[in-house]
Parts: sequence; C-alpha cells; structure tokens
Amino acid sequence: MSAQTADGGAVIHPRWVRITHWINAVAIIVMILSGWRIYNASPLFEDFDFPNEITLGGWLAGALQWHFAAMWLLVINGIVYVTLGILTGRFRRKFLPIRPGEVAADIKAALTFKLAHEDLSVYNAVQKLLYLGVILCGVIVVLSGLAIWKPVQLQELTALFGGYDIARYVHFFAMAAIVGFLLVHVALALLVPKSLRAMIAGK
Amino acid sequence: MRKRRIIPGVDPKLLIKDAAKVMPDPGRRFFLRGAASLGALTFLTGCDINDSFSAESVLRKISEFNDGAQALLFSQSKLAPTYPESAITKDFPFNAYYTEDEAPEVDGKAYKLIVGGMVENKKTWTLYELYALPQERQITRHVCVEGWSAIGSWTGARLSDFLKHIGADTRAKYVWFRCAEGYSNTIDMATAMHPQTQMTFKYGNEILPVKYGFPMKIRIPTKLGFKNPKHVMEMHVTNKDLGGYWEDKGYNWFSGL
Repeated sequence: MSAQTADGGAVIHPRWVRITHWINAVAIIVMILSGWRIYNASPLFEDFDFPNEITLGGWLAGALQWHFAAMWLLVINGIVYVTLGILTGRFRRKFLPIRPGEVAADIKAALTFKLAHEDLSVYNAVQKLLYLGVILCGVIVVLSGLAIWKPVQLQELTALFGGYDIARYVHFFAMAAIVGFLLVHVALALLVPKSLRAMIAGK
Repeated sequence: MRKRRIIPGVDPKLLIKDAAKVMPDPGRRFFLRGAASLGALTFLTGCDINDSFSAESVLRKISEFNDGAQALLFSQSKLAPTYPESAITKDFPFNAYYTEDEAPEVDGKAYKLIVGGMVENKKTWTLYELYALPQERQITRHVCVEGWSAIGSWTGARLSDFLKHIGADTRAKYVWFRCAEGYSNTIDMATAMHPQTQMTFKYGNEILPVKYGFPMKIRIPTKLGFKNPKHVMEMHVTNKDLGGYWEDKGYNWFSGL
C-alpha cells in the first residue's frame, strides 16, 4: 500500500496499525500493572515481588477486576491487528524474510551505534525479529493466561502448557519478555522521535 | 462530560486520602487508592476524584459481564481433572480470612444442617444422617484466587443427589450457603448440579478436620477456592443472589475455573 497523505509523502503506518497500536499500548500496560499486583498475592519467586506503589488495582480484587476487564480490550484488539496484518500482507511485507546473517550484522551495527534509521518504512533484521517475537509473546501470554484462568473448562490448553503450575510460569516469563521489549521499544522511540511521530500521524 | 476543575492549593493525593477515610470498608479504601494510582494521570489532569468511583463501578459492571461469559463457558459435563494419590499436596494449606486457631469449632453431635428456600422437604439433617448418604472420593486441584494451587482428597455426597433428594426446585437460579463463622457464598444452580460438586465430610481418610471445614465443606473443583465454603450450617435454594463474603467485597462472583 502506497497511500499518500494530503500534503504528500508516503504513509508509513496505515490508520488501522496506529489505532490498534495505541489501543494495545493501553491494554498491555493495564494488564502488566494489574498482573504485577495479582502476582504479589502469591509470588512465584520467594524473594521477588513488585513494589505495590507501581501496581494497579490497590488490592487483589481490584487488580483482578482491571485484569479481566482489560483482557477483552487486549484480545479483541489483538485479533483485529493480527487478522489485518495477515490479510493486508503487511506482516509478510514488513517482517519477512528474517535472515540469520542479517540479524547478526544488524545486532553488531546496533551495538556499535551504526544501525541506520533512514527509511522508517523498512524494518531492519533486528526490528523484524523483535516485532515478530513480541507478537508471538503476546499470543503466548494470552493463551497461558486462559490456561490459568480456566484450568477446568479449557483443561486441554492447560495441559498443553504442562499443567496449571507450569502455565503460571509461562504466563510470567511471557510478561517479562514483553516488558523487556517495551523498555527497548520505548527507549528507541524516544531516541528516534520521527518514529513516534509516524505512529501518531502516520508518516 | 464531567467538568474538570483544579482546586488551587489542594494536594490531590491528600484529597484522595481524606476521601478514603470516609470509606467504611478497608478493602474499598485500598481499591480506591489503587484505582487512583493509575493515575498520576488523573491527578495531573485535575479530574474530579469522583472519577475513581466511576472507574470502580465500570469495573464492577465488567466483572458482572464476565460472570455471564463464564456461565456460558461452563459445561456440566466437563469434569475437573483428577489426580493419582501420589499427587496429593503434603500439608494442604489452611486458608481463610482468619487464622487457623480462630476457625469455628462446630459441635458435631448437636449439628443440624438447615435446608431452606425452594425445596419440598425442609427437615434438618444431623451428621449421622448426612454420613449415611452415598459417598464418593475425588482427588482434585484446589485453585486459590491468589494464584497458588494444591491437590487434595475429598470424600462426600454429591450435592446434586442431595438437592434431588430434598425435592429442591433445580430450575431455581442459586444455592446459598451460610457458614458457622459468618462466611457465605452463593453459587449458580448449574454448578450446584455438577457431578463433582460435593458435600464433603472427609479429607483424606479422616473426618474433615476443623481447619478444612468440619463438619461439612462444599467442595467445588470447578470454582476458585473461596467459592468452596467451609463449616456449612445452612443451604438455601433461591432465585435471589444473596451474595457472599468475598464476592460482596469485589471478587468476581462466578469465579469459575
């Protein structure tokens, strides 16, 4: 798609990408912050919990209410995004192919601050890998979440994750991976402000 | 649209604190404060603190919507997974809103289960009579709303058999349980009629100990732990949702697994 904006210039992110991106941003932040509070009620790791001040919900029941409200937003928006991403061919165009050699070269370039960001409409190999990876983590976090929410009605799914207890760890680490992505993603968006503009204005 | 106002010289955090003071229930108070913490955002925009109240009511509405979604997902023929004896959790945890030594001591000899509401036979039941009901054993997973889980062995009578036996109107919407310590639960009839929903009299090979709910617990392996009432003194078949201890404080009502 090479749509043009009114004042000329190619659109980097079509409207549906921008809308689903920002809905997703709100949903995932609510899910993460309320999830931290839920985690604190019964931590998986003895010496680790999240400071209550940075969690959402105030107490366990409040956090659960936020979590099971935002889940609808996350899942419905996520389905719309992935469906359109596949149907419009955007995923294939933007994310594929990923060649290991290019990934290695781009990681090296990134670490030596030589990775170019001239054309925002073309993703480098590291971006491709990370964007596809975080979409995969999103799918895993939703499925493992369903597995621990409904270990009786969806017991086949729970079994697929190795049972209720293991599914809790999967859910946790998928969250951790998404948080890790977010830290890099937000830092880079701030370092390259035109990328932030593109996700708001489209170009 | 709510009118936004900024009150000069008023620290919104203190304002929240003051508002929280007038909230009677500590649970609600914490919830309010937490909802507000979303909101360095809300503070910065100078939103009316009432916004926190409306956030709370919207979340409650969505939680009610989720009750309906879970009822749709619930299948009476879907059995909770059962486990071998070797999977039983050693030292099955005690969990309540009080400490273990505060658990109510019910006199088994004087005990009489009260049955009420939409049932034909409202006679009370002694433990002796209850123990004479056909019983079966289940080794199932107890999942706590906090996230942890434990596998236990429970023996007792099917609640569905008992409800039929006393001539309960199973078209009624709910069954309500009242417990010795003042705890209570309301469950949906579909779950009450589930084949694994049990009036439990034994844990492992022994009579249900006080810490697990003597003389009778309602074991529901298709619901979160807090929907499994202990020390049950009375059950009521009803079309009115009579709520429950934690449900009324904001935990999801259906809480199905």
